[in-house]
Amino acid sequence: MAKRARTKDGAAIRLDAVDFDYADMSMHFDLTIEPSTVTAIIGPSGAGKSTLLNLIAGFETAKSGRILIGGTDITRAAPSQRPVSMVFQDNNLFAHLDVTTNVGLGRKPNLGLDEIDKAAVAEAIDKVGLSGKERRKPEALSGGERQRVAIARALVRNQPVLLLDEAFASLGPALRHEMLDLVGALQEETGMTVVMVTHYPGDALRLQSLLVFLDNGEVVASGPAADLLSTRAPTLLRKYLGAEDSAL
Amino acid sequence: MISLKPLAGALALAFLTVLAGGAGLSLAVEALRGGTEGFAAFDGYLWRIARFTLLQALLSTLLSVGFAIPLARALYTHPDFPGRAMILRLFALPLALPALVAVLGVTSIYGRNGLLAALFNWLGLETIPNIYGLTGILIAHVFFNLPLATRLLLSSMDSIPEDYWKLTSQLGMGEWARFRLIEWPVILRNISGIAGLIFMLCITSFTVVLTLGGGPRATTLEVAIYQSLHFDFDIARAVSLTLVQLCLTIAVLSILSLSGRPTEEGFSLRTTTRRFDQPTLRTCLLNAATIILGLFFVALPIAGTVVSGLAADLGRLLGEWIVWRAILTSIVLGASAAALALAISLALVVAREYLASRRGYASPKLFERAVDRGASLIIVIPPIVIGSGWFILSRHFVDPFSLAPFMVVGVNAAMAVPFAFRILRPTWDTAASRHNRLCAQLGIAGWNRLRLIDWPVLKRPLSVAFAFAMALSLGDLGTIALFGNNSIQTLPYLLLQRMGSYRTQDAAGLALILGVLCLLLMIAADRGAGTLAKREVANIG
Repeated sequence: MAKRARTKDGAAIRLDAVDFDYADMSMHFDLTIEPSTVTAIIGPSGAGKSTLLNLIAGFETAKSGRILIGGTDITRAAPSQRPVSMVFQDNNLFAHLDVTTNVGLGRKPNLGLDEIDKAAVAEAIDKVGLSGKERRKPEALSGGERQRVAIARALVRNQPVLLLDEAFASLGPALRHEMLDLVGALQEETGMTVVMVTHYPGDALRLQSLLVFLDNGEVVASGPAADLLSTRAPTLLRKYLGAEDSAL
Repeated sequence: MISLKPLAGALALAFLTVLAGGAGLSLAVEALRGGTEGFAAFDGYLWRIARFTLLQALLSTLLSVGFAIPLARALYTHPDFPGRAMILRLFALPLALPALVAVLGVTSIYGRNGLLAALFNWLGLETIPNIYGLTGILIAHVFFNLPLATRLLLSSMDSIPEDYWKLTSQLGMGEWARFRLIEWPVILRNISGIAGLIFMLCITSFTVVLTLGGGPRATTLEVAIYQSLHFDFDIARAVSLTLVQLCLTIAVLSILSLSGRPTEEGFSLRTTTRRFDQPTLRTCLLNAATIILGLFFVALPIAGTVVSGLAADLGRLLGEWIVWRAILTSIVLGASAAALALAISLALVVAREYLASRRGYASPKLFERAVDRGASLIIVIPPIVIGSGWFILSRHFVDPFSLAPFMVVGVNAAMAVPFAFRILRPTWDTAASRHNRLCAQLGIAGWNRLRLIDWPVLKRPLSVAFAFAMALSLGDLGTIALFGNNSIQTLPYLLLQRMGSYRTQDAAGLALILGVLCLLLMIAADRGAGTLAKREVANIG
């Protein structure tokens, strides 16, 4: 199954017969994500990729079914009570706060940081390569740097699950690869479970991750990315990828 | 956890409903109690006033919009016209000036002793301009609304895509074709909304008609309500006039809601789309003449206010205790009204956003709709009607004049709510859409959220709304004219008194002081809003 190293720090995610209605569309998810893996969610627009992440993060409420993280039922838990950090495509940062403060909020929501917290914040900023830019506000950072700040905040939150909702979609190819490598390295180091929504199947291959293909609000196929993106891909996935493009 | 946001919204809505509804109820009860006396008040006099109200509003609208179209086109065609940005800034000034100040400015140009009379005299003409009556009302209304219509039209024309002008240039389209096919459809789309807005402003105009109306032949419903209460104490007539005024306002607003809104003007000056055509010399000269004429029409009364004000004995005026008391009263009441307006608007904005985000994809429920529309309640029921209703109601229990400070603060606050709501809502909604998920995930709530997240974002729009609401309240004459007395006098009230006792020089001096106060507040609001717009652009975290 997973190609990446597993540590005890990640948590399994289980969506047990989860139903959700979005406008006039009904979605149904039955899915298990192993702990300490990287899983890429792909699928056409409107397939339910972001909804799936929002259900796990608690921004959407399931009509029925259960969501378990690390064996604990979190279906009705508030977003801040879930062992999850999420990075969105944009609006990840408070525009009026500098890098340190944005990261610090992940540690303590009242910003009452002690010396240990401050050291953790500084370490996270250093890990994502933003040392020296601590006092900058988001407007003085590039798109990639802003996402790095969001990842640093996820690091200081120290949650076992990291969700990336098209977090790098607005970046150029080189910068996106750089960010994927950063996520890969951090996942190796911390052992957290990473679930990312992406429009680029190549991202899954780069991270040697698992792949989940959604269509019309349901999981159509799942498995190692290298297998699913080969010529043995199911018809719907081949259609989504473009038949001749399926080998990538 | 139970949120206090809907409760705050409900309280704000309750305040507005009690204020407006209480007045309405009082008038209805009074009308029923009066019996046949009330019906008798629906006489020829009332219908004559109603007709004049409609006539002056119609003519004011036609003149304002009629002149605004060529003026806006001229300004749009010549983005490099010398001083164009300054002219547009000047066109924002009438909006900031209290009506009473503007009236004095208009009088200093077109009055018996004004610049025009001096010019006629110099030319040897025996004509003496008569500013009082319909002519004066129209001049003053056009002075206020021509710049407004021009700015709104210009703003709508700015929405024409640059590619259209590339295309017209490439196809070699002539001036008439460009106007007919490109500009006119845009003007047409917006003209009904702009005209409706101006018509509404003119139909509820109080100060201009009170000071320039000149007797029963040129009186509108609003002024007649004031006169029937303040001079004749004829409650039955006041009630009948108010009911007719209310019906008119509702009818106009209903028509206005069908005609659509004009394009938002915004606070900052926009850059006009680049044009690729070369206007002919004739067009250039015609446009230049139009712009200069428009500029003179707006600039002269403003200059007149300043010149007459400076000619007054400002030293003596500022040495008078009564003047300082009026200034202080105006500032205290204005600041209180602004603070109340902000509290109400913020409660409505926050509650609306909370309810909208909670309902998800479902249709808004009645309470959410009420919270959303509540801010506009004051537009349906003009301040003079609210003032009249409460004046009539309160006389059964207390001396109405003793309620002056509360009524001025309450009505002026309600009057400023639609504007404050419009300033605060976009910022709050945008901030909420950006921050809600993040705060929910990070567990930032309550005091921490207010201190760290919401206040830094809101403090500028709040100060903009405060300055705007205070300026609006400082210049208001409507409620204080009803409730004002010797112990409570605001600057506009004192100014009206001096005008009434023919102390014109004093009135001009007071107008200058009031104008400067309001202008400073408006500049502060405009600057704040400009920074706000820039920050919105940079706010991409």
